[in-house]
Amino acid sequence: MDTSSWVFILLLTIGKSLLLIAALLIFIAYILLADRKIWAAVQLRRGPNVVGPWGLLQSFADLLKFVIKEPVIPAGANKGVFLLAPLVTTVLALAAWAVIPVADGWAIADINVGILYIFAISSLGVYGIIMGGWASNSKYPFLGALRSAAQMVSYEVSIGFVIITVLLCVGSLNLSDIVEAQDGRFGLFGWFWLPLFPMFVIFFISALAETNRPPFDLPEAESELVAGFMVEYSSTPYLLFMLGEYVAIMTMCALMTILFLGGWLPPFNIPPLSWVPGIIWFVLKMCLVFFMFAMVKAFVPRYRYDQLMRLGWKVFLPLSLAMVVIVAGVLQFTGWAPGH
Amino acid sequence: MNAAAAFFYLFSGVAIASAFLVVASRNPVHSVLFLILTFVNAAGLFLLMGAEFLAMLLIVVYVGAVMVLFLFVVMMLDVDFAELRQGFQSYLPLGAVLAGVLLVELVGFVAFYLVEPGTVKQAAPAAPAAGALLTNTEALGRVLYTQYVYYFQAAGLVLLVAMIGAIVLTLRHKAGVKRQNIADQVARTKATAMEVKKVPFRQGV
Repeated sequence: MDTSSWVFILLLTIGKSLLLIAALLIFIAYILLADRKIWAAVQLRRGPNVVGPWGLLQSFADLLKFVIKEPVIPAGANKGVFLLAPLVTTVLALAAWAVIPVADGWAIADINVGILYIFAISSLGVYGIIMGGWASNSKYPFLGALRSAAQMVSYEVSIGFVIITVLLCVGSLNLSDIVEAQDGRFGLFGWFWLPLFPMFVIFFISALAETNRPPFDLPEAESELVAGFMVEYSSTPYLLFMLGEYVAIMTMCALMTILFLGGWLPPFNIPPLSWVPGIIWFVLKMCLVFFMFAMVKAFVPRYRYDQLMRLGWKVFLPLSLAMVVIVAGVLQFTGWAPGH
Repeated sequence: MNAAAAFFYLFSGVAIASAFLVVASRNPVHSVLFLILTFVNAAGLFLLMGAEFLAMLLIVVYVGAVMVLFLFVVMMLDVDFAELRQGFQSYLPLGAVLAGVLLVELVGFVAFYLVEPGTVKQAAPAAPAAGALLTNTEALGRVLYTQYVYYFQAAGLVLLVAMIGAIVLTLRHKAGVKRQNIADQVARTKATAMEVKKVPFRQGV
């Protein structure tokens, strides 16, 4: 390959990445607003309604506020690590989107080990939190970071097993292949949420824990730890932490869409539905999953730490482990296993 | 220079520099962070060689789990640096000998490779013949669960024994700790949980 062609590929990739990041960030601005609006509606409040019509520009006003505030770095903090932590969180969260196919063939990198890549990147997300908690040199952030590390490592295990059950049914680690494998004649009843139903629920709950969403937001439990690992952060570093968190939530929504809800496939492959472009279905399904995330935040009380650990290790781990064995056994004995 | 070579020098350069900083940095937490950077770059080198599955596994297992626990422990330790440096002189000869042995081995390996490439190559098992159509993951799975199944099982047993050991060492039943029994809570009914009393007028319970 000569130099000019790989420079072209490089520029094309950069262009695609910028487009995806811009679209994602604007989407997240409205997802944030939706999160607050849904929360408000459950509590019979109006939510943000002042900036722009129906508060539609609220997130942009918040962005401006965060950026023009003064960043405060505590005197005892480890300055380098303190500033690196929010960057690590955001960059890693955004990096996961490189392999996500938002429509047929619309992935920046359609790699063979796509699902493993996302799993690897999301397992790195914990470093931003640990580094932030440690570098703040203060007790509440440190406690928050320790809680978060233990929590994320615990729930990664069950997420891994849930992913394995899906992979057993697909026979490939490529995200596009996972979506294609759900394209059958049963339409939306052939997507993996129904055949692997308990796994869908386990994945959803584990995703809540993995992204530190309520009811598992113990790292930032305000009644005990003020704001957890983010206590000492202000201004843009804080914004980056929050952004990273929401990008990670979006990644989890996209992952649930791909693994269980048929990705970009229409619910039934019949004319009025199949005319709608795949990207629209993908976004709609992501919004549905996020709506569930937001509703859980609004009406489920926070878990206690020992209850959280019990749920992860004593309930989800045995359950998902058993399910891996059951799914593998069924596939083997019925001959439904892919690649036979 | 093509793109692969550029990335090779980037990954290996950063890996070597951060590996050096692991030893050189004064703060143990910084050491662990540099070790993480080294692992990530090693994963990059795996990717360049086409071993994508191994690269991802390196990140998931080492960086995502093992190093988190490392960082955990190092952060919690209250390390006194002055005390650590006192022992440095007495351990220096032993360290030098170990480093020397490693250096001789490495030089010997490279020398063998330069003299007769075949001897070194034979140490690595031959890849399955199916070749181009097989993805990385499939190729590994096919040898791991057929040719090497006993080694795989043995490794699993070793890990199981380690896990049981860790649980036995840390399991304590402290007296006076109230434990939550979820099944008991769920099984509670109106009859077991409350008592209805008829209160006589102006007398109390």
